[in-house]
Amino acid sequence: MSDKKPALNNTTSPEHYNELKWKVIITMLVIAVIPLATMLIINHFQYKSHLKSEVTRPLYAMANKTRHSFELFLEERLSTIRFISTAYTYAELKDKKNIEKIFVALKKELTGFVDLGLINTSGDLVSYAGPYSLLGKNYKEQRSFQETQIKGHFISNVFMGYRKNPHVAIAVQHLNNDDNSWILRATIDTDHFYNLINSIGLDFQSDAFLVNSDGIMQTDSKYYGSILEKCKLDLSPERQKGQASREFDVLNVMDENVIIASADFSSADYKLVLVKPYSVVLKSWYALKTELILVFTISLGIIVFTVFKMAGILIDKIRKADEKREHVMAELQHTQKLSSIGRLAAGVAHEINNPLAIINEKAGLLSDLTEITDNLDNKLKFNELTQSIIKSVERCKKITHRLLGFSKRIDIKIEPINVNVIIHEVLEFLEKEAMYRHIDIRLELFEPMKSILSDFGQLQQVFLNLLTNAFAAVEDGGIITITSLNRKKGVIVKVADNGCGIPETILSNIFDPFFSTKKEKGTGLGLSITYGIINKLSGQISVESTEGVGTVFTIKLPEKPNEKTESEDE
Amino acid sequence: MNNKTKILLIDDEVEFISTLAERLRLRGYAPKIAETGNEGITILTNEGFDVVVLDLMMPGLSGLETLKQIKQIDSSLPVILLTGHGATKDGLEGLRIGAYDYLMKPLDIKELINKMSSALKNK
Repeated sequence: MSDKKPALNNTTSPEHYNELKWKVIITMLVIAVIPLATMLIINHFQYKSHLKSEVTRPLYAMANKTRHSFELFLEERLSTIRFISTAYTYAELKDKKNIEKIFVALKKELTGFVDLGLINTSGDLVSYAGPYSLLGKNYKEQRSFQETQIKGHFISNVFMGYRKNPHVAIAVQHLNNDDNSWILRATIDTDHFYNLINSIGLDFQSDAFLVNSDGIMQTDSKYYGSILEKCKLDLSPERQKGQASREFDVLNVMDENVIIASADFSSADYKLVLVKPYSVVLKSWYALKTELILVFTISLGIIVFTVFKMAGILIDKIRKADEKREHVMAELQHTQKLSSIGRLAAGVAHEINNPLAIINEKAGLLSDLTEITDNLDNKLKFNELTQSIIKSVERCKKITHRLLGFSKRIDIKIEPINVNVIIHEVLEFLEKEAMYRHIDIRLELFEPMKSILSDFGQLQQVFLNLLTNAFAAVEDGGIITITSLNRKKGVIVKVADNGCGIPETILSNIFDPFFSTKKEKGTGLGLSITYGIINKLSGQISVESTEGVGTVFTIKLPEKPNEKTESEDE
Repeated sequence: MNNKTKILLIDDEVEFISTLAERLRLRGYAPKIAETGNEGITILTNEGFDVVVLDLMMPGLSGLETLKQIKQIDSSLPVILLTGHGATKDGLEGLRIGAYDYLMKPLDIKELINKMSSALKNK
């Protein structure tokens, strides 16, 4: 349906709204996402550092505790040997039976002892209790002997020595007043080391081991080398961070980042090393991180969805408001155009009316004189000419009267009316023409039609205009259908014809004043007046037309003139 | 209506009114012309007329005002109004004041004569 819509100025193109929509979306997204992302980043780093210290602290504590257990184990054995060296004399210990007795008691009391031997000043093993035959061996060149001479006691690194088993030597020097010192030396197997390491209760991916200051493994490890091999981890002091007893660093071993906690022994050249992969240490951090990212992603999704939805609704509302405003503006312009044309028309009509009246009278007089003069040449011709002038004046008179009517249509007389009654009355004027031209007028009037408040005379004019147009459009024998319908908030009248139709190119102009297709037959005011009246009565008029098929004019009238009809009422 | 019916024509448009008067004279009436409302009133006070034809659009004393004064002089004198307006507002106002009827310019002389005869019949 090509509703009557005075040309809209197309400043509000779809691209304009699209652009606006994207601007709104981007602005809203930036505003919403920036705080969210900032919070995520801050949380990420805060939690990370917090969690790192939370999970690494127990690791250091564990390393220290285990180191302490190791030292306790070694100190206990060292003290026992020291006690023996104090409690017994050189002579007593040199006695084979005696030393074996002491060794048996020692083994009963403390685990781990493998053997016990007495070494004299010159480094010879003079007495021995244990499973090996080492008697007579000289230890003078060994580090254990030399260091014991200096420090008074010694705990060795793990070594294989003359035996196949890894073991640790502990030695205590006994000093006599007479400078005749001797050394009591015992060896311990390292089985208990593994007990202590196992007592940490490490998970599968983690590792714990002892290493000396040269980086030689003192116990077997899962991943970083077997006993007495070079440790695969770089534990050099340059890589240390923080306190000497606590090493923390990240190294790439087996493609994994690891945390290392180490603790140095005070009584011996040992270092306890705990190695945990980050994936294990920071398991809870990764879980939290995943949660954070998940929450962020979901929030982002909701934000994006909401923003798109809201922007859509917003822009739609703006566009509708714009369209409405433009429509109102256009209507206003059209009304103003009509009213100024109306004033102009009134002026013209009035000015022309007086000379027209004079012409009429002069022609009339001429006609009268011709009539009464008997012997006038061309009398018939004169008569014909004056009648022609009078007829033309009559036509002009009609035009000026309509022009004046057009401009004077301001006062509206509102009363309860029935459109069916008006239609019947108007048809009475046209009955003769319809009969003469065999035009089939079909009435589809709804009964009972509800009465509305409107102007009887003005509506008469409207229907007369529409029907006159329909009569002009149809051929002789054509069909004109008039339909009336009740609506929730008013009434609808349709005037349809099967005439020539209106070309689409001029369909939007048909309500403009002085626009006529009837050439000299019409004033071009009929539909403009109709439009003005319907507008004044708060109604709506629209037209549908197909060339060669016909035209339908639809008029919607409200129950009261100041109430707008709902255009979506159909 | 005898053929010497006296008609007073009041209109500022001389060309129009004189021609109309001539045509009426040809038809056997006795018309007299006044070019303004005041002139018309003066003539009316001195002379008797059977019917008055009065234009509503006049400079000076307006048509409606003239009508009021005519009615004061002789309330039974039929007055036929002429109006150039398409609208009937002034015409209706004239009828309310006491005019017999109103006609629109340009005039159909037969119509005027019909109106005058019926006005005189009803007098």
